[in-house]
Order: sequence, then C-alpha cells, then structure tokens
Amino acid sequence: MDDLIADFLTETGEGLAGLDAALLRLERHPNDPQTIGEIFRLIHTIKGTCGFLGLSRLEKVAHAGENVLGRYRDGSLTVTSGGVSLILRVVDRVREIMAGLEATGAEPAGDDSAIIAELDAVFTGEVAPEDAAPAAPQPQPEQKPPTRRARKTAVPEAAGETVAPGMPGPRRRRAPARPRAAPAVPDEIAPAPAIATAPALQSPVPVAEAGAATEAVAVAQTLRVNVDVLESLMTLVSELVLTRNQLLQLSRARNDGALSGPLQRLSHITSELQEGVMKTRMQPIGNAWKGLPRLVRDLSRELGKRIDLDMRGAETELDRQVLEMIRDPLTHMVRNSGDHGLESPAERREAGKPEAGRIILDAYHEGGHIIIEVGDDGRGLAVEKIRAKVLSQGLATEQELAAMGERDIQRFIFRAGFSTAAAVTSVSGRGVGMDVVKTNIEKIGGTIDLRSRAGKGTTFLIKIPLTLAIVSALIVEAGGERFAIPQIGVVELVRAGDGVTHIKDAPVLRLRDRLLPLVSLSRLLRLEEKGGAQDGGFVVVTQVGQNLFGIIVDRVFDTEEIVVKPVAPILRHVTMFSGNTILGDGSVIMILDPNGIARATGVGAEGVQEDRRGAAVVSAASSERMSLLLFRAGTGGPRAVPLGLVARLEDLPAERIEMSHGQPVVQYRGALMPLIPMAEGWVAPVAGGRQAVLVFNDGGRAMGLAVDEILDVVEETLKIENGQERPGYLGTAVIAGRATEVIDCAWWLRQAGEDWFGPQRPADARRPRLLVVEDSAFFRNMLVPALGAAGFEVVTAGTGTQALRLREAGERFDAVVSDIEMPELDGLGLARAARDGGVWQETPLVALTSLTDEAAVRRSREAGFDRHVPKFDRDALLDALRGCMAGTQG
Amino acid sequence: MEAAIATGTAPARRAAVPAPTDTAVLTLTVAGQLCGVPVLGVRDILGPQTITPIPLAPPEVAGGLNLRGRIVTAVDLRRRLGLAPREPGAPFPMSVVVEGGGELYALLADSVGEVLALPDAGLAPNPPTLDPLWREVCAGVHQHAAAAEPGGTRLLIMLDVERVLDIG
Repeated sequence: MDDLIADFLTETGEGLAGLDAALLRLERHPNDPQTIGEIFRLIHTIKGTCGFLGLSRLEKVAHAGENVLGRYRDGSLTVTSGGVSLILRVVDRVREIMAGLEATGAEPAGDDSAIIAELDAVFTGEVAPEDAAPAAPQPQPEQKPPTRRARKTAVPEAAGETVAPGMPGPRRRRAPARPRAAPAVPDEIAPAPAIATAPALQSPVPVAEAGAATEAVAVAQTLRVNVDVLESLMTLVSELVLTRNQLLQLSRARNDGALSGPLQRLSHITSELQEGVMKTRMQPIGNAWKGLPRLVRDLSRELGKRIDLDMRGAETELDRQVLEMIRDPLTHMVRNSGDHGLESPAERREAGKPEAGRIILDAYHEGGHIIIEVGDDGRGLAVEKIRAKVLSQGLATEQELAAMGERDIQRFIFRAGFSTAAAVTSVSGRGVGMDVVKTNIEKIGGTIDLRSRAGKGTTFLIKIPLTLAIVSALIVEAGGERFAIPQIGVVELVRAGDGVTHIKDAPVLRLRDRLLPLVSLSRLLRLEEKGGAQDGGFVVVTQVGQNLFGIIVDRVFDTEEIVVKPVAPILRHVTMFSGNTILGDGSVIMILDPNGIARATGVGAEGVQEDRRGAAVVSAASSERMSLLLFRAGTGGPRAVPLGLVARLEDLPAERIEMSHGQPVVQYRGALMPLIPMAEGWVAPVAGGRQAVLVFNDGGRAMGLAVDEILDVVEETLKIENGQERPGYLGTAVIAGRATEVIDCAWWLRQAGEDWFGPQRPADARRPRLLVVEDSAFFRNMLVPALGAAGFEVVTAGTGTQALRLREAGERFDAVVSDIEMPELDGLGLARAARDGGVWQETPLVALTSLTDEAAVRRSREAGFDRHVPKFDRDALLDALRGCMAGTQG
Repeated sequence: MEAAIATGTAPARRAAVPAPTDTAVLTLTVAGQLCGVPVLGVRDILGPQTITPIPLAPPEVAGGLNLRGRIVTAVDLRRRLGLAPREPGAPFPMSVVVEGGGELYALLADSVGEVLALPDAGLAPNPPTLDPLWREVCAGVHQHAAAAEPGGTRLLIMLDVERVLDIG
C-alpha cells in the first residue's frame, strides 16, 4: 500500500478513536468551545489530507461535516443531540470508507449524497437536526437516528454482519480490521457513549472479519512509541556500552579465561542491542521533506514563478534527532532557493532557460555521513552584490576582498545579518537566513558549503553525521593528554618517519607521491610537546570534505566505541572538539572534530606565520582553492607551482650533483636524474653546501628543478593574469599578497631534453588523438603538454559548446577528456549530447573533476562518461585513457 | 472551562507564602577566603578527583571529571576569583557540584566547611570598592558568619553560582 495512505490511516484512526469521547463530551456540555474546536480540527485535517491524497469521497463527506461543525464552533448553530448524532454518523461514514481503503487500497464505491444533503441542510439552516431537543445529559440507547431511511438506501446492510441490536460493539472498534464488505452502519451507533469508551473489548469478531484482519497487517505491525521512551532506551544503551567497555578493559587486564567467554557474549549482545535501538531511531529523510511540495506550491503562487521540485533519495535514513534538527534549515533553504535563487519567468525566458525553475533536493550516504544537496537552476549568487554588501556592512575591507576567491566571497552569505535580496519579501530577505542555517547544521556536527555559478544556479551542500549518539573512535595521545578522533574521518594511520618534511615551518608528509599538509595536535591545542613520542609519532590521515590532511600525534592506542556527549555550554566556542566522553577506564576524554580543526587552523591565526601554516591546512578543507608551493629562484619575486604536480622536495648535498655533457645530473633512486636550473647563470653549490630541488615524476622518470629556496606552501584560488609571454611561465598571479610567477611545468620538463620523452613510444605508431574540453586555461596548459608528452595528439576546446562544434565538423577522436563544470554547456551536457548520436556516440569519454564522491560519479556515469578521474591525478588519467582505448581497439 | 480557571488561580494564592528568613549556605574556602553557596543548589560534594584538562578552554576551566557516568566541567574558583594558583604539593581541591543552565559543574575549592543557616537580613550588598571581578560574581557579603566560625569575625562572600559559571 502507498506509504502516504498507510500513514494517513494510522494517524486518522488514532484521531477518530479520540473523537468518540470528544463528541460525547460535546453532547453533555454542548457549549464547550474547546471540544468543538478539537472535533473541528480533526475533521478539517481529514478533509485536507484527503484532498491531497485524491480521496474524493472521503473529502466530500468530511467537508460537509466540517461546514456544520464550523457553525457550531462560531456559535451560529446550537449543538443538539440530533446534531451530535449527525456528526457521529459522519465519523462512522469516514471510518467505513477508511476500512475499505485499508482493505483494498482504494476508496470503496458508495453514495454519500444523502448524508451530505442532510448536513448541507443543517448547515444552511433550512432544517434543524431531527431531534432538536437540547442535548440530554444521558443519551438514550434506543434513540432513533434521524435519517435511517436515507442511509439504508445508500449503504446496503452487509448480510454477514449479524450484530444484535443494542450490541453495538463492532461499530466502535477501530477501523483497521473492518473488511470492505461490512460497510453498513446500523442505527444503534449514534447514542452509545458508555460503550464508546471501551470499544474493542466487547466486540465479538466475526470470522469474516478475522480473515480481513490479516490483510491489514501493514498498519497493525507498526507501533507508535513515545519518543521519550526511545530516548531513554538510547541513553540506557549508551551507558551499557560504556559499562561493557569498562568490563572488557578489566578482563583484559586480568586475563581470566572463565570471564572472557561470557563477556564476549555480553559484548556481542550489547552491540546488537545498540544497533537495534539505533535502528528504531532511523527515519527516512523524506519525513523532513513532507511539507516541501506544499511549500513550493505556495511559494510559486506567491512569487509568480513556476517551480518544479525534484526530490531524490527521500528514502535515505538518518537518526531522528538529526532529522529534527535539519528540518527547519532545509525548509528555509528551499524557500531561499525559490525566492532568491530562481528568476522570474520573464528573466528565465530571456536567459534562454525553461520558464519553470527547478529546485533539486538530493540526499545520499557517503562514508558515515549523509550529504544533502539543495540546489536550484536559477541566477546563481551575484558576487558583485555580495561584495558591495560586505563592504557597506564593514564585514571586510576592500583589500581583504581583493585577496579572496569568488567562492570565499559567496560564503559571506553565511554571516549573521546578511541578505542580498534587494526587496524584503514575505518569504525571505530579513537577514536571519543562512547564518541560522549554518549554526543549526554545525550544532549537530555538520558542515555546509555552497557551489554557485552565475546564470547556472546555486547548490548548497550539507554534510551531517548519521547519528550523534555512539561512534567508533581512535584514541590518540598528544602532549601527554589523550583524545578521541572519530573513525569516520580517519583514512589511514602512518608512522611519521622520514616522510615528514618541513617547508619553512609547515610540516608536510610525503605519502605515495603526494604531499599532505600536517597539523601538530599538541601545537594546535597549545600543549607542551613532550619528548615521549616514539619515532616522531604518528600521522592520522584525516579526510574533511574532498581533501586530506594529517594530524601529528605522539601515540596511538586502540579504537573504542564511545558515547558522544555534548560539551558544556561554556566550552562551546572551542571548535576543536565535537564532544566529550568517558572511556572504559572511567576517565574523561575530549573528542576531536576534524572539521573544526580544519576550520580553526585557517582562522585562528595569531600572525602571518600562523596564518600561513593555517592556510596549508585549509587546503584540505576546500576544493576550489589549490595548494601552491612557493619558492625563490634567481632574481625577481617568488615563483609558484601547484603542489599536486610536485612529486618530491629534495635538499641535496653539493657532492651529489655531477656534470654530464655540461648538464648537472644527480643519481636519484638508482637512475640519473637531469637537473634543470631555473635561474639563469646557475652555479653548482660550493662543496658542503646544499641544493633545493623540486622533483617531477613522469612515468618512472624523474626531473629535478634546481631552485634557490623553498619558501612556503599556501592555499589560494589561482587566477593567472597572462600579462607577459615568457617561456617557462604561465603568467603572474597574486599569491599570499605578492605578485608571483606561476611556472609552466611542461616547458621545464621539455628543458630536460626534447628526447626525454622520446623512447616511451614507438616512432611509427599513430598517435592517438585526444580532445580535451576544459574551461580553465591554466589546466589546459597543464594537461596538453603532459598528455602530449605521454604520446597523444591533443586538441582542446574551452567549453562543451565548442567541443560539439568540432563534432559537427566531423572531427574524430580516440577519446574525449572533459571537465564537468564549465560555462555554457557543462561536461554532463556534453556527454549526453555525445551519447545522443553523431560520430562521438562510441567515443570513450573521461570525466575530469574535483568532485570524486559517489554521487558525482553516479551522475557522470548516468550522463554517459566511461571513466571518472580526479582533476590533478595525471597517472590516473593516463591509466583511464589507456584503459578505455584498449577497450575500443580490442 | 470556568472550573479550570478557578483551580488555576488557587495555587497562585498559596504560593504567596512569606519566604523563610534564613538561607542555608554551604561554606567553602578558596585561598583563605571564606565563600558560600546556597546549599539548595548543591548537588554533590566530592573529594579529590581525576580531572582531565581541556585544551584551549578558558583558564578558569580546570577540566572535565566523571561523576558516576556524567561528565562534569570543573571550574577552578581560585582562577575564577583571580587568586593565587594552588601551591604545588598542596592537597587536591574538593569539588562542589552545582547546576547551571541544565548542566552540572564542579566548583573547585580548597576545602569545604559546614552548612550554616544565615539570616537574609544579614546579607550586605557588595561594597562599591570591591574588585570588579569579584563584584561580578558576588551576590553580597555576610557579616554574621562570625558566630559560627571559631576564628572570630570573618566575612563570608556569597557566590552567585550563575554568574560564576558565566565564563567566556
């Protein structure tokens, strides 16, 4: 049966059960406005819900009943016993129809015109209910209801239903078990208050009905439990888990075999119990979305916009506590999308978009978290407007703004008191918007971010934990104190050996040819650094959002199930902790919040030095900004290269540098590595001196770039001004407040000798032809030489539209590599267009994107991409290309 | 309806009973200073406890401790009152557990004395010359505490628990 209908039946059934008592109370105290109000509300709710569910018969009956009740409520009609009977009959008719609905899933056929006519007559005041006498304090059991005749014609009495008159029990039973064939409502129902209060007990269940009851199991099997009961169960289970942990620890210390057996069982059962209790708290997120279709409908009327609401992943489950906390933020965001995000139909037409705007809600699981996206295809956030508003409100200075990327400026909408809506509408625009949303989401350990493109729309990404109650955590030690790190964020654990290098003050870890920014926990928490660390300690590689960073700790203990308890309000401002807990040994321990650490290291700066170190860490937290390695070489300002392209940093002693054919080389990892000096007039360091080298890797070969000094790693949005045409440089960008030249890696690679890449491909082989679609000139410049070096012939296009023009020109490629996010036609659109037909229908498509989460991959697969490769991972791209070309050739 | 209104007003009348003139006060010593907290607000008194320091917390916060499965944040009264830190080797402080805003907090005092019934009339307002930090957390000064103290006339500072916990 439809979930909605099942819910409706359960809820209405409960309401109806309470209604009998209310109606009878009304009869005794005909002027009690509270009782009338209560009955009115229930009938009104039924009417409203029926309209929504398309149950027209039920709706008509409820509507007529509501009219009469409305008059009772405003006092323009006196409540009489006859009137109460009439309403009781309405209630019974509602039950009847509901019983039929439950049995078959559809409204039973039947004619209600008689009862409706009667109700309407009372409503218009034409006829007083038959028994107009004031309601008797004790209704008489044998009282005749007014419209016996009429009803008999309308509803045939069921033959099998043999109920003795004066034994109205079955009528009173809750609707569920009533079969469709027993709709008849004999007359005795109306006046039976005493029986009504104790309904089911005295109802002999006819055999026919018992059979029907099994059909109705869907409803009967759910049980409504007070939330408080669940909450206290949860608390008890939490305590049980703690006690179990304590016991386990004790038994481990004693090594008592007799104890460990039963304890193991206890432990097992506790875990299952915990899981079970957690399950009772899980609810589909759709429950929090229920009100949204209605909200969007009202919005679209109010604003004069056409809005389609697209809800995906409504079945995704999460803890009800979490659900409650995101309900309001979500509602607010959908309202915002409709009001601020979407344009008016005229504007949309002008922009060449369909008139109806779309609001998309998407929910999915991702590694112990739930990601909720609220997006629209509207105008996008106006960066200029935000900038102006930020300035006028004094939230930042012009200089600060100049140094910020577009996305950082957009993030100002999360600041308190910020609203860009030019006009305050009744819907939103009062400036109590996104900051409240952000606070609410952060309260439950979630994060919110946004993605916006002018003219394309805005998407908010909310990431929240599945549950707040019990998590598995890694216990670590730093500065002599123990801390818990939730396992969810932990990717791996590495011994901090020689892998840790310092770039100026910023520690980084070389991990499988990646440079990982590191945070020292004891330094971050301003703890004394004790010498107790073994071998320099450990690095807990942690994931926040799409990016990785490492937390340096002194020691690592085991993992433990911990019950997250919120920290005291006076500690809420310490964002580094998401809570605290009590360990098995009874000690109190703080739970670290990786999100907070990533954020705090970026903001909690005390000086330039700190600031920079922080910046290196923040690189892990955001996706559009890029980690850049700053260095000095020769005269002029600092130079920069994306950190992702650098395989290693070396500090070589002068003795290792040898000369071969007039070119410096070093023996590096068992091979000769050419050394390219960046600065003109380079001289080898004097004996005893050292040479800083950036090592670039290319398919098993290495090339070293000799530089003067490695300065720093910073996090910036790279905006290259292509001012000067200087070989070896892509242009100049403002990095860390200074004009910095960004080097062209490919050019420098070629300096290692034109034939350097040569032997990698057979000379006579046809070079496979590639199309690279990418809007950023910087990445194009980076990819083309790299791919060219790997033996491809590369053609580029700046947008999907440009790419399609090539298709129309009949160009054929062995594979197409495309960015996802591009102006005009994005990668997904391009893939769909390619798959739709034409010469590229079978061409392998490789998506290139910074979003590598499951949903993004799913979307790109659905659009038609064969492979999905992270943007900076050149090896992965080459693998993917080789893989899909082998597929088409073989 | 009318009945409901009638019963609704009845308890209000009953509540208007004159308040008792004495307040039961728990005395505690912080760096030699005699302090008091209303005993009705005290949930527990604990001996020396293992306290886990909380990094980056305000300096007044000594850390967290485990009170029968509940985590209680400990506030060091010496720090809160701007007094000298505890000498190394001094006996560990006592914890007076109080409630503030629905949460439990432990106030760390050097020693806990007895419960005195002090007349409300004896509570003098803070002298205007009192240290601003103290003025902020003191609810007044009791002069009559002397009677119960063997040492003669000592002044007792009444702590306003709510304001003591208003940190950060």
